[in-house]
Amino acid sequence: MAVSLSLTVNGKPVTASVEARTLLVDFLREHLNLTGTHVGCDTAQCGACTVHLDGKAVKACNLLALQAQGSKVVTIEGVSPADGSLHPMQAAFREHHGLQCGFCTPGMVMSAIDFVGANPAPNETQVREALDGNLCRCTGYHNIVQSVIAGAKAMRGTP
Amino acid sequence: MYAFNYHKASSLADAAAKLGAAADGKLLAGGQTLIAAMKLRLAAPSDLVDLAAIGELRGIKVDGSSLTIGAMTTHAAVAASDDVRGKIPALAHLAEGIGDRMVRNAGTLGGSVANNDPAADYPAALVGLGATVVTQKRRIAADDFFRGMYETALETGEIITGVSFPIPKRAGYVKFPNPASRYAIVGVFVAEGSAGVRVAVTGAGPSVFRVPAMEKALSASFSADALKSVSVDASALNGDMHASAEYRAHLVSVIARRAVEQALGR
Repeated sequence: MAVSLSLTVNGKPVTASVEARTLLVDFLREHLNLTGTHVGCDTAQCGACTVHLDGKAVKACNLLALQAQGSKVVTIEGVSPADGSLHPMQAAFREHHGLQCGFCTPGMVMSAIDFVGANPAPNETQVREALDGNLCRCTGYHNIVQSVIAGAKAMRGTP
Repeated sequence: MYAFNYHKASSLADAAAKLGAAADGKLLAGGQTLIAAMKLRLAAPSDLVDLAAIGELRGIKVDGSSLTIGAMTTHAAVAASDDVRGKIPALAHLAEGIGDRMVRNAGTLGGSVANNDPAADYPAALVGLGATVVTQKRRIAADDFFRGMYETALETGEIITGVSFPIPKRAGYVKFPNPASRYAIVGVFVAEGSAGVRVAVTGAGPSVFRVPAMEKALSASFSADALKSVSVDASALNGDMHASAEYRAHLVSVIARRAVEQALGR
């Protein structure tokens, strides 16, 4: 059953015909070639597929594309300014070495941006709790947590 | 995933009509359990009827001595609501502990309640607070609603519109979560309200259940110490790779005491 789907992705209107069973993450990756959003576990556990749906972080492997009908979706490709520079949270991950292989990073960054929007000055415990739904299998979470704290600081504009 | 038909309902009546017309239809709320279950083919409905566009199913309102939450209200919205935090802080705390941040942004109260997972958090709150499940047809007391593992009193075509929670004098919810899934290995909701003391346990048995011996002890003295001499029979509890039935029975006592302490601390 193909259904017409219209939504906004990274600020651009998109209209497509999709099968009802198409997951949001597959729509983004396969139809729009936005492959920055990753599929890790495909069971809503690892968080590598995290995107923003109407401003809130969600797991795109656990939603149908049609559930985003009429909504605004932002992926990792959509967070940086048009000049190609990094979003402050991305820059903080680079600066603090908050990644190793990088597979989980898009999800980590998308979760962190959403979380910091609600909690502009989080402490370490709060960051660890907020990243509960994002798994990194390379390393400990220490540098990731430091990155989010630094990214939060940069986002609120304090040195 | 296998193919199915998708419908977006514009109203409750439209949802009921579309569900009724489907060969084997299911309602789609936040989809945080259903989509995963469909991928695994644990559920294989012919049609999904999406409730997301029905505005009247969202929202939180305080009405005298009760708090009513729309079925399509997300866990994140419940956790962040000033009304919930002010009137039933234990309920906001419970919502804040469901799954993870992203799941809470999508998953809904009605979806969780209708699914009645034996380890879900919300059933403990509904039974612990003596809440009422409201459908488009009737009002069902929580005690009568949860019938067994993944079983509820909902009839074919019946749609949950919201849940009405009586505002208690005090309440607490503590869970011992599975470290991977955050589902409750044992979760206990304790509340003292106008209808007396209620103790509801999730995660430990096939479905949420009350512990009358604990309710009696807490009615006499609402303190953690009052539960010292109350033990829970392990014979009807779940045992699995995460915890044996005996361990869960022990946890119910420990977690219930912590829930009482939390209720007293608020």
